[in-house]
Amino acid sequence: MTAITCNTRVSAAEIAGALARGETSSVEVTRAHLHNIERHDGAVHAYLHVDAEGALAQAAAADERRANGAPASALDGVPIAVKDVLATSGLPTTCGSKILQGWVPPYDATVVARLKRAGLPILGKTNMDEFAMGSSTEHSAYGPTRNPWDLDRIPGGSGGGSAAAVASFQAPLALGTDTGGSIRQPGAVTGTVGMKPTYGGVSRYGLVAMANSLDQVGPVSRTVLDAALLHEVIGGHDPLDSTSIDQPVGKLADAARRGAEGDLSGVRVGVITELSGEGYQAGVLARFQESLDLLVEAGAEVVEVSCPSFVHALAAYYLVMPAEASSNLAKFDAMRYGLRVLPEGVENPSAEEVMRATRDAGFGDEVKRRIILGTYALSSGYYDAFYGQAQKVRTLIGRDFAAAFETADVLVSPTAPTTAFKLGEKLDDPIAMYLNDLATIPANLAGVPGISIPSGLADEDGLPAGFQVLAPALADDRCYRVGAALEAALERKWGGPLLDKAPGLDPSTGSGQVKLDQRNGDAR
Amino acid sequence: MTATSATGDALLSYDDVLAAYDPALGLEVHVELNTASKMFCGCPTEFGAEPNTQVCPTCLGLPGAMPVVNGKAVESAIRIGLALNCEIAEWCRFARKNYFYPDMPKNFQTSQYDEPICFEGWMDVEVDGETFRVEIERAHMEEDTGKSLHVGTSGRIHGADYSLVDYNRAGIPLIEIVTKPIRGAGERAPEVAKAYVAQLRDLIVALGVSDARMDQGSIRADVNLSLAPKVSAGSTAEAPLGTRTETKNVNSLRSVERAVRYEMQRHAAILAGGGSILQETRHWHEDTGVTTSGREKSDAEDYRYFPEPDLVPVAPSREWVEELRGTLPENPTQKRARLQAEWGFTDLEMRDTVGAGALSMVEETIAAGASPQAARKWWLAELARRANDAGVELAELGVTPAQVAGVQALVDAGSINDKLARQVFDGLLAGEGTPEEVVEKRGLAIVSDEGALSAAVDNAIAANPDVAQKIRDGKVAAAGALIGAVMKEMRGQADAGRVRELILEKLA
Repeated sequence: MTAITCNTRVSAAEIAGALARGETSSVEVTRAHLHNIERHDGAVHAYLHVDAEGALAQAAAADERRANGAPASALDGVPIAVKDVLATSGLPTTCGSKILQGWVPPYDATVVARLKRAGLPILGKTNMDEFAMGSSTEHSAYGPTRNPWDLDRIPGGSGGGSAAAVASFQAPLALGTDTGGSIRQPGAVTGTVGMKPTYGGVSRYGLVAMANSLDQVGPVSRTVLDAALLHEVIGGHDPLDSTSIDQPVGKLADAARRGAEGDLSGVRVGVITELSGEGYQAGVLARFQESLDLLVEAGAEVVEVSCPSFVHALAAYYLVMPAEASSNLAKFDAMRYGLRVLPEGVENPSAEEVMRATRDAGFGDEVKRRIILGTYALSSGYYDAFYGQAQKVRTLIGRDFAAAFETADVLVSPTAPTTAFKLGEKLDDPIAMYLNDLATIPANLAGVPGISIPSGLADEDGLPAGFQVLAPALADDRCYRVGAALEAALERKWGGPLLDKAPGLDPSTGSGQVKLDQRNGDAR
Repeated sequence: MTATSATGDALLSYDDVLAAYDPALGLEVHVELNTASKMFCGCPTEFGAEPNTQVCPTCLGLPGAMPVVNGKAVESAIRIGLALNCEIAEWCRFARKNYFYPDMPKNFQTSQYDEPICFEGWMDVEVDGETFRVEIERAHMEEDTGKSLHVGTSGRIHGADYSLVDYNRAGIPLIEIVTKPIRGAGERAPEVAKAYVAQLRDLIVALGVSDARMDQGSIRADVNLSLAPKVSAGSTAEAPLGTRTETKNVNSLRSVERAVRYEMQRHAAILAGGGSILQETRHWHEDTGVTTSGREKSDAEDYRYFPEPDLVPVAPSREWVEELRGTLPENPTQKRARLQAEWGFTDLEMRDTVGAGALSMVEETIAAGASPQAARKWWLAELARRANDAGVELAELGVTPAQVAGVQALVDAGSINDKLARQVFDGLLAGEGTPEEVVEKRGLAIVSDEGALSAAVDNAIAANPDVAQKIRDGKVAAAGALIGAVMKEMRGQADAGRVRELILEKLA
């Protein structure tokens, strides 16, 4: 590999600027990130599959467009990592599960098609909890991803791979998906930015569904502006997704730039009583309070709002999500694609026996737990008491949001109750694991947008904490405006990005260098 | 009196069934719509394509793919509902029906559950001039499954060497039309069931929303039947419904009737013997005329329905519904009255035409140029007999209204006579082409060569001097014998009227 001349620590917007000014090339930028992957991903394990060849080919095409004066978009040539739950034509898509080992989709998810159309070279597919079920990426069938801040700690989940890739400069941008916090919580614990757009704001076509009524694709980045720029690329109506909203995506990057100017005069910021007290780590709360003070300094008015139904959000979520998941995951039956396991000691097994053996071998424990939960919740005689009640709670949560947005333009809370915990610490305690998403789940249940931005390091452990900004449906621009204002204020205070405080990754600490194109066993 | 079926089921005689029990029917009819694309994706729907060539990520259930509702299918569903006098929901959703089966790509079927698009309707069904009102509970939209082909001697899943699945059918739009329990049909229950399906099929044809071919599975009937003890005369109380069986995929009108009758006799034999009916799905066997047990279907079977989260609700505007109401064909009762008047049929002729399931064929034959009486004659006399001999429905015989009109046109032109026309039908059924081509190939045209005809008449007179003398003496009625002789010599290919004229001329 040629000498790495490109600075991979800058933002996607800065890379795009350098590309536009001809100071670097997409091939150079892409190669630099591939180099970082080679050096660091043995330790971090953010990627399940790296497509060096494909990314470099796309980069070369981007450079040609730039040379011809016809870039495909503002981000043309800026490389990106894609969570492995999104279908990528010709690239393995496993969802972190053994049951999809070897599956290469014949089609692109709409968001992936939009990345390609906008000219973003795809570096590879990122690790995740199996079928996005988890808050630590420990439930990946291909081994956990590690937090670049401390390799003994989790990077959050389910999108720990995307967050860790961005936090360790193995990609300037990534796509994540958020069903109960899978973009925002990893953002919080890795010191990165993660945005869950309004439900229906970004196409889900090609997103392998965990819970269709909650899932949403969104940007993962190191800055608020970068997230907004990426959101503009992937957002907007898609006729292939009936639940996608038929409205233009809006001027999100403009909102971020405006926010960064630092004036929040007249903006009412609501602190949600139910999401800022008990169960939160002291250092997380301290950083939250500091951030609030900075918002006030920027001219915002802080009000306290109560959302009483939020206390039922976690319970409702753990009925709706597994119910939908149990049905979605029924298609993995060894008949058409993916893993096929023949039952041992059975001669001429029937289709049903093959299905059973495959699902037993192909799904991990957490997936099985949720299939069982969901199947139970939908069963005749229990439906009304469980799924039906949960839907009612959703309605109430929606009403709480509506009422709160009467008195506040945005709502805020800590993103996650704690900083990154140690690998294995909560693996045997599902409830403790589920509690990570306490503050992020209400937004999914109501379909409103939410962003997490780094709020600093907790005093007790020196690890990143996150600040969440929620806005009404279709008012994603408010997340970007308030988020960018806070980001600017915090970076002034810190004297630079939070990630500058992260310990450098020493390639020698890794469990070995990554050999590109040979991840995931089955890849190409 | 009890008999035994081919598969060993005890069957009570039909009279004994009726003496002790009242049947209750329930019909579930699946109609495959003829939309150009599938219910939730853009794949084509043509019948008979190479297996697995009309598929995409959505109808194959690939991970990540999503459905989008076919607006044309919704339109067809609403038109069917309106024609069945149903209410049309202002707001309804799709739901997932969850169960595992290899030919179902997602292992759930996207269907409708407690929010069907059409509900609370009715259709009046005529049997032997008597009208039965069949109440429609609902008509809902859903997608078809793939088609399994079990390869091996058994032809069924059990004992198959291997199975193949064709997903071309997966995702084809279906409308499932479900009746409320039909009670009070008594001995006519089998005929009512058949007449309902026949009339529903005619309605679907008139709406133009389906190919409506039972033989190709574009209309499939599931027949539910239960028996309740007969309520004593004079009592107004209705006995509670008995345990039902559901006989699946009854794929011809005749089979609907036979399956109902069979299940009535089978149920009655079990009940009369003190047994109880097992609630189950049964399979109809066209060849042997029996039903056999399928999978057990109890209330415990749990499809875990819930609203399909990938689709938004369907909310047809009232304006649209009214617009669609304006596109409905005439209702069947009015239509019959109008046609009877137009055609000049007697009540009996009309009833026979309807009863034979020939109404639409007669109508189309007349539209193609035949006279009403000629159309009726061919369908009810000639073709109905042939259909009966072949054990198929008239519509499935293989002769089209256009062909029948073509045959009659040849008769009207004097090219053939009725007797030759029957031979033309033989040729049509053998696939020998158009009526004209059959006449040509089989050499059936009437000989119009006066010389040959005259010679044949002379031969007949010479061979039958006694008869000839009678005619000369004025007994014109005797001419029939000579006509017969001439026709025989001409192998039927002569115009009997012209022969008669020639005989009378020569013997004047």
